[in-house]
Amino acid sequence: MMNRLVQAAKGALLIDVVGAIGLSLKYMARPKATVNYPFERNPQSPRFRGEHALRRYANGEERCIACKLCEAICPAQAITIEAEPRADGSRRTTRYDIDMVKCIYCGLCAEACPVDAIVEGPNSEFTVETREELLYDKDRLLANGDRWERLIAKNLELDAPYR
Amino acid sequence: MPIAKVNGVEVEFEPGMTVLQVAELAGEEIPRFCYHERLSIAGNCRMCLVEVKPGPPKPQASCALPAAENQEIFTNTPMVKKAREGVMEFLLINHPLDCPICDQGGECDLQDQAMGYGRDDSRYDENKRAVEEKEMGPVIKTVMTRCIQCTRCVRFITEVAGVPDIGLISRGEDVEITTYLGKAVASELSGNVNDLCPVGALTHKPWTFQYRPWELKKTQSIDVMDAMGAAIRVDSRGAQVLRALPRVNEDINEEWLSDKSRYAVDGLSRQRLDRPYVRVNGKLAPATWGEAFAAVASRIKATTPDRVGVIAGDLQDAESMKAALDLFGSLGVTNLDCRQDGVALGAGPRESWLFNSTFAGIENADVVLLVGTNPRLEAPVFNTRLRKQWIAGKTRIGVIGDNADLTYDYDYLGAGGQTLAGLAKSKSDFVQALKSAERPAIIVGQGALTGPGGAAVLKTLAGLAKTFGVVRDGWNGWNVLHTAAARVGGLDLGFIPAEGGKTALEMVKPGALDVLVLLGADEIEASASGAFTVYLGSHGDRGAHGADVILPGAAYTEKTGLYVNTEGRVQMAERVVFPKGQAKEDWAVLRALSAMVGHTLPYDTLDALRSKLMADHPTFGRIDYLSAPASFDVGSLGKKGDLGDTAFVSSVRDPYLNNPITRASATMAELSALRIAPVAMAAE
Repeated sequence: MMNRLVQAAKGALLIDVVGAIGLSLKYMARPKATVNYPFERNPQSPRFRGEHALRRYANGEERCIACKLCEAICPAQAITIEAEPRADGSRRTTRYDIDMVKCIYCGLCAEACPVDAIVEGPNSEFTVETREELLYDKDRLLANGDRWERLIAKNLELDAPYR
Repeated sequence: MPIAKVNGVEVEFEPGMTVLQVAELAGEEIPRFCYHERLSIAGNCRMCLVEVKPGPPKPQASCALPAAENQEIFTNTPMVKKAREGVMEFLLINHPLDCPICDQGGECDLQDQAMGYGRDDSRYDENKRAVEEKEMGPVIKTVMTRCIQCTRCVRFITEVAGVPDIGLISRGEDVEITTYLGKAVASELSGNVNDLCPVGALTHKPWTFQYRPWELKKTQSIDVMDAMGAAIRVDSRGAQVLRALPRVNEDINEEWLSDKSRYAVDGLSRQRLDRPYVRVNGKLAPATWGEAFAAVASRIKATTPDRVGVIAGDLQDAESMKAALDLFGSLGVTNLDCRQDGVALGAGPRESWLFNSTFAGIENADVVLLVGTNPRLEAPVFNTRLRKQWIAGKTRIGVIGDNADLTYDYDYLGAGGQTLAGLAKSKSDFVQALKSAERPAIIVGQGALTGPGGAAVLKTLAGLAKTFGVVRDGWNGWNVLHTAAARVGGLDLGFIPAEGGKTALEMVKPGALDVLVLLGADEIEASASGAFTVYLGSHGDRGAHGADVILPGAAYTEKTGLYVNTEGRVQMAERVVFPKGQAKEDWAVLRALSAMVGHTLPYDTLDALRSKLMADHPTFGRIDYLSAPASFDVGSLGKKGDLGDTAFVSSVRDPYLNNPITRASATMAELSALRIAPVAMAAE
């Protein structure tokens, strides 16, 4: 009996409504948690594991030496490498494919790499319209590396003390 | 037998064994780099240190220490552990840590043993030494900075291969493995040093950077590059055969493999026939299987059997020869031959064309006569056995034929037929030795038995064999050294002209036949025959060039097939990869063709074919088995005739270019240019 009376009183006085409006007003006054993507971004950890890239040395020489450790460690078997001696006798890949559809973005390839050639860069925006476009070849990966090198190098440097 | 204790466990051992061998008997693993069972003991890597009581209170190199009665051997004490860690740290002082670009990575003894027995870090802060690369020829790639001076390569090349081209010079930090003058290693077994090298200092040049050992599918198979039938392991990735390595088979190749057998595998991916072709208006045009079969079947049906001939090549498996035999036999064809070189073998008992002593058994022979053969070219791995016997001083060797460098000394008796004719009456030292030998052996090569005088040479040799008692109770020293992997299988099957049939050499004469079927036969010039030529084989080689219909078949790595080696040992080669493109296994092609010509073969599966093969030819019934040496009437072989005075030359002039697979291989072309061409030029 008593409960019903209290409920009726709350309803008549619109107490819940006032409380809800109060909560809304409180959040209105606070800073926003959402960002205006894509014009604004959330901060990103230097360890972020995004789109893969093959890096080069400062003199333009590709880093990858075709040791195939990334291929061996890849749990999804997404990496395919073929190699042969280049004209100058150095060990280089003739084929470096990553099936980005198979990839699970675990980052083991980057950890296995003895020369920091294959890395998972900061880019997470590589949606495409067809599946085939996600089968990356060496040119694509090297192009990624060239495009993202500044950020990748910075991220590696930031993370280096913890390695 | 004496008894020693290994880690407190008593082990019985044979007198003369080393401490390392005794520890292995007890199941203890001893790390080692320089020690190898088949090479002499060097004792220079120091990795095999163990503690031995009684003895000085310091670790001892177990590979060079003879085991003794009541010795106590310890392999797990703190002293041993510390000694191994110390040795490993010293070895790694000058070893570059370039495992990621090293081809040995993943199958490297140093890598494995550093993980198992080494420290986790090095205390060495100075600069590492660097060593210049050495030029060792087209099959050995050197990265000499990685060398740990175990000298296995030096010992192999000097002791087993018998070509002292590699050596160790200087001392201390300057020590280097070198070829002295920077010339290529002139051994037909040089690839084995790449296997022996425990680090990545010597690696396989033709396969540089092409694979990692962990990504390869390994298939045990049999080599067909010579008639020895060496045990090999073929490694493949996807549809490509990447390398061939020897397996241990004490009876045949021990653990060696010739350069040809090893490095010809790149020929398996070049010049391949991957679809049928039919000649239209003088030009070969791609066709479907149906069109190709129809073209062949209509020609065969329209031709009388005596105008049809079949020649089997040197790399054919027994199954495909059996299928051809059944198919063309049912058509009434008598012109069948597997002897492209026209060798005078095939009549007579099976023993007459076998290597009866067996490769392992030849080590018991005390006097060996080589006639018309150069085993160094024809069967390089077998040649190491003769050399081994010669080094041990157990065998005296005589040669009639090429006066070539065989890596051991021999009595040179003469060049050809005249020497052979006069041999029985000869008073020479060697002939006296052969007469009084307890276990004399005659090894006759194809070079002596081909040509017009072949049958007469066989007759004379057989007579000599009888006189000298080469075949006697418990010993059969009559040995034919074949050069083609398919030959003994073909002879065992009876793939020779039936009554009234033509031999291979007669078949290819102009106008001899109307339809000529070549089963992978590329060593015979068939273009002049004028017959409608059908080629079934794997490579676009001589046979395919002149063919009117090409039926693509499988190479030896692409089918499971039976091969009979020159000893008469039946062995099975396994399929490694699938045939290229539209190509099919040879027996299946013949089975399909048989339905088109109206004489359907009575088997639909390879198993059914094998059952028939074994029922018809019981010698194929047991794989990898040799019966005890059988006695036979050796004197009855051959035909009387004029021996002639031509010199016997080895049938293999250029082992690097004598079958379609090697001719398609870039490495073989290089080896031929390096090793055979200069010799041939010098001779002219």
